[in-house]
Amino acid sequence: MTDQPTFTLDGEEIPFAEGQTVLQAALTADVYIPHLCYHPEFKPHGSCKVCTIRADGRNAAACTLPARAGMAVESASDALNGLRKVLVQMLFAEGNHFCPACEASGDCQLQALGYDLQVTTAGFRHFYPVRPVDASHPELWLDFNRCILCELCVRASNEVDGKSVFGLSGRGAGKHLIVNALSGRLADTDIAVTDKAVEVCPVGVILKKRDGFAVPIGQRRFDRSPISAQAARDAPRAARGSKEDA
Amino acid sequence: MTGKTKFKVATTSLAGCFGCHMSFLDIDERLFELLEHIEFDRSPFTDIKTVGPCDFGIIEGGVCNAENVHVLREFRRRCKTLVAIGACAITGGLPAQRNHLDLADCLREVYQTEPGTEGGRIPDDPELPLPLDKVHPIHEVVRVDYFIPGCPPSADTIWKFFNDLLAGRTPTYPHGLIRYD
Ligand code: SF4
Ligand code: SF4
Ligand code: FES
Repeated sequence: MTDQPTFTLDGEEIPFAEGQTVLQAALTADVYIPHLCYHPEFKPHGSCKVCTIRADGRNAAACTLPARAGMAVESASDALNGLRKVLVQMLFAEGNHFCPACEASGDCQLQALGYDLQVTTAGFRHFYPVRPVDASHPELWLDFNRCILCELCVRASNEVDGKSVFGLSGRGAGKHLIVNALSGRLADTDIAVTDKAVEVCPVGVILKKRDGFAVPIGQRRFDRSPISAQAARDAPRAARGSKEDA
Repeated sequence: MTGKTKFKVATTSLAGCFGCHMSFLDIDERLFELLEHIEFDRSPFTDIKTVGPCDFGIIEGGVCNAENVHVLREFRRRCKTLVAIGACAITGGLPAQRNHLDLADCLREVYQTEPGTEGGRIPDDPELPLPLDKVHPIHEVVRVDYFIPGCPPSADTIWKFFNDLLAGRTPTYPHGLIRYD
C-alpha cells in the first residue's frame, strides 16, 4: 500500500494501481464521482461527460483520464456539479422522460443523478421527440423515449453476449438506438432475456415484460439511498476491471 | 417571520389532476402553522376567481389550452414569485404524452371512433378554450422562480419548500423529498 502511487481528489489522497483511470481509482477508494455512461465491467466510453473533473486545472472525463502520480483533481466543487446538473437537464429535455409512468423509476441512474444534483426542472425547452416503442418481442420491450445513448447495451451485447444486438445510428439530435435486424424489430434479433445487455441499461429503455412492479415503488434501489452513497457496491468490480484492461 | 403582514398566496390548477393541491392539504395540522404566515388569494381552496397582487403564485399542471396560457400569464403578472408544483407543471407530465400524436386524431379518437361515441361530435362550443397543438411545461411560457418536483410532491416536500422559503433560504430537497414520480 505504501509504495502505491497517489493523486489528490478534492484534497484527499487517492492510491491507484497502474492502468486505472481517475474514476476507477476513486471508486476503489470509495470516493464517488458522479458518472452515467461508465460501468465498472465495461471499457470506458467517455460520452456523457457527467464525470467531468478538473485535473491540474484542465477539465477532463474522469472515466477515461488515466490516473497519474501527484495529479491534483477537483470534483465536488459547485462549478463542476453545476456543469453536471446542466448535462442531466439536457438529457431530460432531449428525450421523453415521464418518470411517474416509467417502470425504471426508483431504479434509474439518470433520475438518481437528478436527485443528487438537485435537478428540479429540465429548464430547457423539451424536444418531445417522436420515438415509437418496440413491443414486438414476447419477453422484452424497448422504450426508445428514454434512451440516453450511453452505449452500455451496445458494449454488453458485443463484449459479453457476443451478439451485436444494439447499435447507435445517425448524428447529433438525430442519433438513436437501433437493433440488428433487417426488419428493425427486436423480435427478429437473437436477444435473450438473460443477456447482459438487458440488465445493463441505466435507464428504462430495455425492459422485461410482466416484470414491472416486482419491487414496489418506494423500495427500489435509489429510493432506499442516494446514488452517491452506493459507490462502494460496485468498487470491487472497478478494481477487477482495471486488471483485465491492463 | 415575526412581522404581522402575511404573505399572499394564490394557487391554480391548469392541465393537472388536482393531486398537487390534495398533497398541499395533506400537510394536515401543519396548515395551521403555515396560515400564521400566509393567506390565500385566488385558489381552489378559496374559490376566488381572479388573482390579486400576491407574493407567491403556485401553479399545478401544464399548459394545454388557450385559457391555461391566459391564467398563467395573469399569475405571472400579479405574483412576485411563481412556483411550479408537480410533474405536469414542470415537464408537461401525463397530459404531454399526447405530444407525439396528432391533436385532430386525438379528438376524433375520443369523440368519434370509440364505441359508444361513434358518429359523435367534437365539442366546438365557443366557450370552450382552444386546445394547443402540444402540452407545455409552464417554464416554456413564462419565467418560473421555483420548482417543487413530484407526481405529486409529498406533503413533507411542500412543507420543506415553505419552511425554506419563509426563512429566506433557497429551497433544497434532501434525499427522499426530491422525487420525480
Ligand atoms: S428512464 Fe429514468 S429519468 Fe427517464 S422516465 Fe424512466 S425513471 Fe424517469
Ligand atoms: S438503451 Fe439503455 S443502455 Fe442502450 S444506449 Fe440507450 S440508455 Fe444506454
Ligand atoms: S461517465 Fe465519464 S463520460 Fe460518461
